Amino acid sequence: MAGLTIDLNLYADEATLIDALLSGDKHACACMVRQHGSQMYAVALRIMGDPDEAEDVVQDAFISACGKVASFEGRSKLSTWLYRITTNAALMRLRKRRDDTVSLDEPQIGEEGELLPRQLGDWEIDPGRQALSSELRQVMEEAVESLPPALRAAFVLRDIQGLSTQEAAEALDISETALKVRLHRARLALRERLAGYLTGHPQEMAP
Amino acid sequence: MNTHDHDHGDCRQLLKDLSDYIDGDLDETLCVEIERHMNDCDNCRVVVDTLRKTVSLYHDLPATPMPAEVEERLFRCLDLEAFVGAER
Ligand SMILES: [Zn+2]
Repeated sequence: MAGLTIDLNLYADEATLIDALLSGDKHACACMVRQHGSQMYAVALRIMGDPDEAEDVVQDAFISACGKVASFEGRSKLSTWLYRITTNAALMRLRKRRDDTVSLDEPQIGEEGELLPRQLGDWEIDPGRQALSSELRQVMEEAVESLPPALRAAFVLRDIQGLSTQEAAEALDISETALKVRLHRARLALRERLAGYLTGHPQEMAP
Repeated sequence: MNTHDHDHGDCRQLLKDLSDYIDGDLDETLCVEIERHMNDCDNCRVVVDTLRKTVSLYHDLPATPMPAEVEERLFRCLDLEAFVGAER
């Protein structure tokens, strides 16, 4: 069934690719999906915590992106623009999923006191020098899913996908200061969750 | 043991800057202040160390690639079925 090939080298740079997208070139659209699809899927999966919902999000996002290429102004990277569309699509679906009316825009952590670290034991783990066990990976994934969506999105973009502060802020349409506040709250909350598992719990090398 | 003979207010005050500190985004004066505080405060030393480890662990979390069948359905829903299964 495989028909056409996708030649990622056809477009010299992003501007050329965008021009082709604007002219309705299907090959350009296929290139965009090939180049950015996996990263967008990764973000969607981390925000939604469910592969089926991640797939829906990625479909929503690329349908939207292909339909409004004209609104891409070229001031940011194409990937940042796609991250923004994907994150919006994910947060939109989370809103629909919830039947209560708690706002997703503002983190639910109000009192400063709630951010104070409680877990104060050392961790016997040396990140970077040992592979993560599947058990620890699961603890980490559940910890991310437990974050309020606004914090989760900031953390996923900045610390998991590795966007710069500026790119992550752009993708979420918030200031860099706001991004940093959300990121810090997310990290503190995750630290507490992981501490429950890692404090005084020596990590085996993963097989 | 964690002995805390100084004002907890210092810990609280420094806490908000710890992400900037571990990201290397904090100006030097504040870095020095945090480092001096950590010398006397075991709790804050542990918080900085484990916060850094938290970021590092997630950095190492492997990404799940988009499964081939998900990409295929994505191509189809974008009216790009001609490219389904195209070589990378
Ligand atoms: Zn302290």
